[in-house]
Amino acid sequence: MKTISLAETPVRELNRQLQEQAAHFREPDWRITDPGGRHALAVGLDAPLNVTIDGHVGYYCAGMNQQAHVTINGMAGVGVAENMMSGSVRVRGNASQSAGATAHGGLLVVEGDASARCGIAMKGVDIVVGGSVGHLSAFMGQAGRLVVCGDAGEALGDSLYEVDIYVRGSVRSLGADCEEKSMGPEHRAALAELLEAAGMDHDPAGFRRYGSARALYNFRVDNAFAGYGEEEIES
Amino acid sequence: MCGIAGLFLKNRALEPELGALYTPMLTAMTGRGPDSAGFAVYGDEVPEDWVKLTLQHADPDFPWEEIAEGLERDLDVPVKWFRNADVAVLKTGAGEAAVRSWLEDRQPGIEVMSVGRGIEILKGVGLPGEIAERYGLARMQGSHVVGHTRMATESAVDLAGSHPFSTGRDLCLVHNGSLSNHNRLRDSLERRGLSFATYNDSEVAAGYLTWRLAEGADLQEALETALTDLDGFYTFTVGTRDGFAVLRDPIACKPAVLAETGDYVAMASEYQALAHLPGIEAGEVWEPEPGRVYAWHR
Amino acid sequence: MSEQHKRPGMRESASFDRDVIAEIQRAADTGIYDIRGFGAKRAVPHFDDLLFLGASMSRYPLEGYRERCATDVTLGTRYASQPLELDIPVTIAGMSFGSLSAQAKEALGRGASVVGTSTTTGDGGMTAEERGQSDKLVYQYLPSRYGMNPDDLRKADAIEVVLGQGAKPGGGGMLMGQKISDRVAEMRTLPKGVDQRSACRHPDWTGPDDLAIKIEELREITGGEKPIYIKIGATRTYYDVKLAVKAGADVVVLDGMQGGTAATQEVFIEHVGIPLLSALPQAVQALQELDMHRKVQLVVSGGIRSGADVAKAMALGADAVSIGTAALIALGCNHPRWEAEYRTLGTAAGFYDDYHEGRDPAGISTQDPALARRLDPEAGGRRLANYLRVLTMEAQTLARACGKSHLRNLEPQDLVALNVEAAAMARVPLAGTGWVPGVGA
Repeated sequence: MKTISLAETPVRELNRQLQEQAAHFREPDWRITDPGGRHALAVGLDAPLNVTIDGHVGYYCAGMNQQAHVTINGMAGVGVAENMMSGSVRVRGNASQSAGATAHGGLLVVEGDASARCGIAMKGVDIVVGGSVGHLSAFMGQAGRLVVCGDAGEALGDSLYEVDIYVRGSVRSLGADCEEKSMGPEHRAALAELLEAAGMDHDPAGFRRYGSARALYNFRVDNAFAGYGEEEIES
Repeated sequence: MCGIAGLFLKNRALEPELGALYTPMLTAMTGRGPDSAGFAVYGDEVPEDWVKLTLQHADPDFPWEEIAEGLERDLDVPVKWFRNADVAVLKTGAGEAAVRSWLEDRQPGIEVMSVGRGIEILKGVGLPGEIAERYGLARMQGSHVVGHTRMATESAVDLAGSHPFSTGRDLCLVHNGSLSNHNRLRDSLERRGLSFATYNDSEVAAGYLTWRLAEGADLQEALETALTDLDGFYTFTVGTRDGFAVLRDPIACKPAVLAETGDYVAMASEYQALAHLPGIEAGEVWEPEPGRVYAWHR
Repeated sequence: MSEQHKRPGMRESASFDRDVIAEIQRAADTGIYDIRGFGAKRAVPHFDDLLFLGASMSRYPLEGYRERCATDVTLGTRYASQPLELDIPVTIAGMSFGSLSAQAKEALGRGASVVGTSTTTGDGGMTAEERGQSDKLVYQYLPSRYGMNPDDLRKADAIEVVLGQGAKPGGGGMLMGQKISDRVAEMRTLPKGVDQRSACRHPDWTGPDDLAIKIEELREITGGEKPIYIKIGATRTYYDVKLAVKAGADVVVLDGMQGGTAATQEVFIEHVGIPLLSALPQAVQALQELDMHRKVQLVVSGGIRSGADVAKAMALGADAVSIGTAALIALGCNHPRWEAEYRTLGTAAGFYDDYHEGRDPAGISTQDPALARRLDPEAGGRRLANYLRVLTMEAQTLARACGKSHLRNLEPQDLVALNVEAAAMARVPLAGTGWVPGVGA
């Protein structure tokens, strides 16, 4: 176990040491203290490291992660695990907006709430949120799965391509081209697996599934105003 | 395009430490706003029939004593004042209008930064750390403070474009974002008698609140109608004599973090501005929801 | 004699001419705005409205073959530990695999590499072909992040954060279902055949203050080696360039309204943004005020066609230019040899702009394997290299005539304008006068 305090070590030096493990893998376990909300911590990793950060982190923590398992014992700023390719990121507190943005793979777990645009343009990642998500979550989502154990904010899954969304609580509103889907045994099994991986013990039967209605896949003028709400179309 | 930081004390025992707690909050936002910085600090209140003004002059050796003596003599009112770098904080038993017109007639180079019972607005061009140092922010006492670091977008990097913008007595506004309909709105507010010193979008937001409050709206109502009348991207923090408020636009792209403990409410563009606050790790930390007015009073 | 004179009594409306009427009828028939590729087709003030003041008595020209006129440029000298060194100041602009065929991307890489300049990926990720054939490759970082991954990021020679394009500042990309082939779909993680809608804003930052943090992250991931470009469409250029510098750019890429696109709304192409001629002096002014001119390099694009355009852009203060549409034409786009096929598509060589339909007879803006095979990447690369050499030699010819031993020594004072509009926009005097409209008395 190697411990690095960001009260003493610059971010560039921390990331250099972590990134170096991609070429020369020697030290699997890392503890980072005194993060103080700093940005771009543990980004661009590409080795099977276990990195624990004690405290709150700023923007883009664990950005573009490959292979590493990063745990944040605190709150995460904007774009945690953005564009993650593989590995896992766990936020013990709340996550700010755009958590898991455009991520291609791996598993992002937010034990608290994630705010707006959670999973925006997600491209294959699995995201499990223990609490609630803010508005426009999974906006333009392309692939992957989003599990929300609490409630979802406005315009969930707006302009969705192909993402499976599971929500246990209420959904304030569905975005354009997002609709409720049937929940078959294969979906319950997949959800159970995700919940187990995330360490959440909810019953999959308590969730509802949402996905793309695919009406926006090819342009049709009659769909051009979908999702704006009736008053606004008429005005 | 900027950084915001605000601190509102619930525990009066912390008031002597307000500036010391707040200075690192402001300087943590340097990366977001290297062009200019400013803050409105609330404290040292004058009695109800008095008024406190923060006055600024480009000449750092400006003879403020002559202003104080002149006011005392011509308006026949008591005046107390002190100098802080290029500003003077002036307290008087005269009415605001009388003081303003006296100043305009005799000393056109004086800028009125703020008027109220507790507010003092201090701001300038330069790095936040320099501005805090210039005015001795770390030693200041008070109940709450709202500040800003600016990365100028479409208007000039100068004192007039620096935040906070005063929005009436004991009221100020800071803004992170970019409004998209402020020119038309400025025209319509000017037709209603308001005047603007800059082409800055945030000054229009401040003027809008001034106008709504003058029309009889309370702060909550004024911020709620701002949601439909102001277009674009914004996170606002507003200071009042005894409280402060936070509002984000309905799309809410510009960041904001709120934190609350038994001792204080704190707000910043980024968490790193809050990281050093005592007890923050155990406090409630969350992001304000889009289009919702958050307000605290004491 | 005009047509209406031949047909007495028939007068065409200036407001509702045949093109306008046809567009209204088309809109009513289809219910969708007109989408096309290429750049703006309306006439706007351009480099053609400027002239060089060649040397005669007061200045001494350089000899064409014997006396050197250097063309090299280094991009990214502000922060990057490995700036990009180019032999010529003409680079290839970002165009995606998806909008272009793999063969076209490969040809661009081959042609650019031969003459020592860079190419740029596009809104669709990096292909092995273009990385393999491009000695110097700029990796675009776009709102959609299609195919974005850290391995490719590390393979790039520079990173270009794209905020906008001259053809459509404020708008997102488009790729129509006809071009979302299996390979394009896989690279972009999209279902095959959907009409892709690219975002107009980045998903995890908005505005220069947040962009500064994004750039910090990109530098952390790549160890600070690679130059970070910021590409903007020309609109509020003076402010945008200042903000790009404040956000931490190594290089600013400025794309004027004549810049091409693979597909967007016609209304966007013709009605949003400003000509490069008017944007370039604003950008230089912004850099000068920050004391960053030549420290943060300025690359301009949008309607660059000839060595004269290259030389004039550099005289106005650009460090390099970028070409897109012109490079495609060099590869064979709109070539008369495909005239018969253009006719079957209802168009003609020189007019083809429906890149989004993916039926390009020249095999460039298509994903149809049979059409794409028509472009031989080696032959296309040779054509592009020839064209890039001509652009460079033309620019050198003009620079030598003005007495410069390096292209970067061209100055605004080497130029005059033919008309008041160009003089005002370019901030150079009207020919034969000392008058710069809007400056001084």
